[in-house]
Amino acid sequence: MSEMPTTAAPLIGEGSLDPDALEQVIAADDARFKHDYLEIRDLRVVFDGFVAVAGVDLTVTQGDLRFLIGPNGAGKTTIVDAITGLAPATGSIRFGGVELVGKPSHKVARAGVGRTFQTASVFDELTVLQNLDIAAGSRRKARLMLRRRKGIPEAVEAALETVGLTHARDLPAGVLAHGQKQWLEIGMLLVQDARLLLLDEPVAGMSQAEREETGQLLRRIGAQRTVVVVEHDMEFLRSFASSVTVLHQGSVLSEGTVAQVQADPKVVEVYLGRGAGARGSTKEAS
Amino acid sequence: MSPRVRFWGGLAIAAALLFGVAPALLSDFRLNLLAKFCCLAMVAVGIGLAWGRGGMLVLGQGVFFGLGGYIMAMHLKLSDAGPGGVPDFMLLYGDGTVPGWWEPFRDPVVTVLAILVLPALVATLLGLAVFKRRVRGAYFAILSQALAAAFAILLVGQQKVTGGTNGLNGFQSFFGFTLSDPVNKRMLYFIAAGVLLLMVLTVRLIMGSRYGELLVAVRDQENRVRFLGYDPAVVKTVAYAVAACFAAIGGALFTPVVGIISPADVGVVPSIAFLVGVAIGGRATLLGPVLGAIGVSWAETSLSESFPSFWIYFQGALFILVVAFLPNGLATVGRFFRRRRAEPADPVAPEPEPALETSGKAS
Repeated sequence: MSEMPTTAAPLIGEGSLDPDALEQVIAADDARFKHDYLEIRDLRVVFDGFVAVAGVDLTVTQGDLRFLIGPNGAGKTTIVDAITGLAPATGSIRFGGVELVGKPSHKVARAGVGRTFQTASVFDELTVLQNLDIAAGSRRKARLMLRRRKGIPEAVEAALETVGLTHARDLPAGVLAHGQKQWLEIGMLLVQDARLLLLDEPVAGMSQAEREETGQLLRRIGAQRTVVVVEHDMEFLRSFASSVTVLHQGSVLSEGTVAQVQADPKVVEVYLGRGAGARGSTKEAS
Repeated sequence: MSPRVRFWGGLAIAAALLFGVAPALLSDFRLNLLAKFCCLAMVAVGIGLAWGRGGMLVLGQGVFFGLGGYIMAMHLKLSDAGPGGVPDFMLLYGDGTVPGWWEPFRDPVVTVLAILVLPALVATLLGLAVFKRRVRGAYFAILSQALAAAFAILLVGQQKVTGGTNGLNGFQSFFGFTLSDPVNKRMLYFIAAGVLLLMVLTVRLIMGSRYGELLVAVRDQENRVRFLGYDPAVVKTVAYAVAACFAAIGGALFTPVVGIISPADVGVVPSIAFLVGVAIGGRATLLGPVLGAIGVSWAETSLSESFPSFWIYFQGALFILVVAFLPNGLATVGRFFRRRRAEPADPVAPEPEPALETSGKAS
């Protein structure tokens, strides 16, 4: 934990996550999510001859909170990029029965896949409300787009409360603290109605309390939707992961519950081989 | 002062200046010059939307300006020649017959529709082709500029049907009104000023709409928008087409106001000049592009009268100074000073007003 930066900037206002409000956002009929699962078969990603992902199979079911871990360069983010149409992929990626390989990013998003980035990428110049409103609107008709926003859509209102940013609604997102930006991004995924959430290091730079809150939030979202988290923080993983996939040099090294993975000798070897003590994960794996 | 008050106040002042003060004080010659600047400012309003809000460095607006201008010029030439007549220059350079693609522009309604639709359509096709392939930044700028160069060369090369380097000129009447009559010249000025204000209002509506917010989002984080399920290419193309339409209307009014449209008005150099005015005025603001375009054109004219060869240096120096010290243009001078006053203690904070408001509540 010592190498993880604690919150650098103080939070704007006194917001914290509001799990009760989450219920409003995700209260919609659970049946909708029943048959959603992510199925990756023989995924390969090659950049100019460099094999970043070498034949990965991965299945994540609805209700799972799956963590992807592995040393740097293991291909974690590349897999997320491949799913969202950002990296050239071969093989098969299916979600909810829809083949995603070869689809442009915006169509992948419309198939119910949402993602965040390692560095929080919110629209700095727009207000928190505008950020969420844009996230909610990709299915809006052109006529509606050309009008001024009147009132606040219900889903946006509920998401604002869920991520504890109601009081910061009219501030430009650029002034938010790092952790709040990450929460805003999660809020954007919720109003976007993503059924598969791909989160790239969602708690990086958060304080312990914020991590705890974020973990609780993800757990509740994960109970309903399919959530994949790329994360380096082993303590966070141990507290909240329902299952773990360990990647190494573009392949799956091990998969199972946290306990199973920690006991896997291959995992121990890979992490120890990279220099004990260099990362928080080493201690956990050994 | 809220932005809303500032906007309507600014618009009221602009309207009073354009419709009250200017016609009362300026000679017919100066008023005609102002009408010309208004036409150039229309291009600037579109650039402000596409570049300032949409992040597209449109270096080839001369193409759309020229399309509008030439369509109007073709109509004026044909109507001067009378029903079934042949424009004078065609008798001079060509074989004395009107080419088939000129004929539709005999009709004033077709002409006006063509000015409104054709350039926007070209921009839409071009925009989709370019933005779908994710061409952007400098590559898009170079591409659009090359297009302006090609367009000018094409016009020069087709002297028999476009008038070549001389362009199209010597118009007698504008939709039945004699252009040599000073009253009609004034009318043209009022049309230009009115259209310009309408465009500013339109852009204001666009900027305040959900689409306007989305456009800014695309400018700042194109990929993020893509992962929210939008196609950024479509979002950008809409703004590009609107900018093209505005440029075409500007060109169409420029032609009767100035009395000539030629390749010199549509090529690379005028395309850059459009952009310089916008950059100096403030590309992301609403009135900045208009004031910048009018201001720079006015300075060009008056300085060229006193120091004929000095203008180009002045323009260069102004551009460098503004980009170096006020990268968001002269329209942000006010913001600059407001910020100074708001943060005497903490000059580092980039957005102090909202931050100061809430930092007291934090902790």
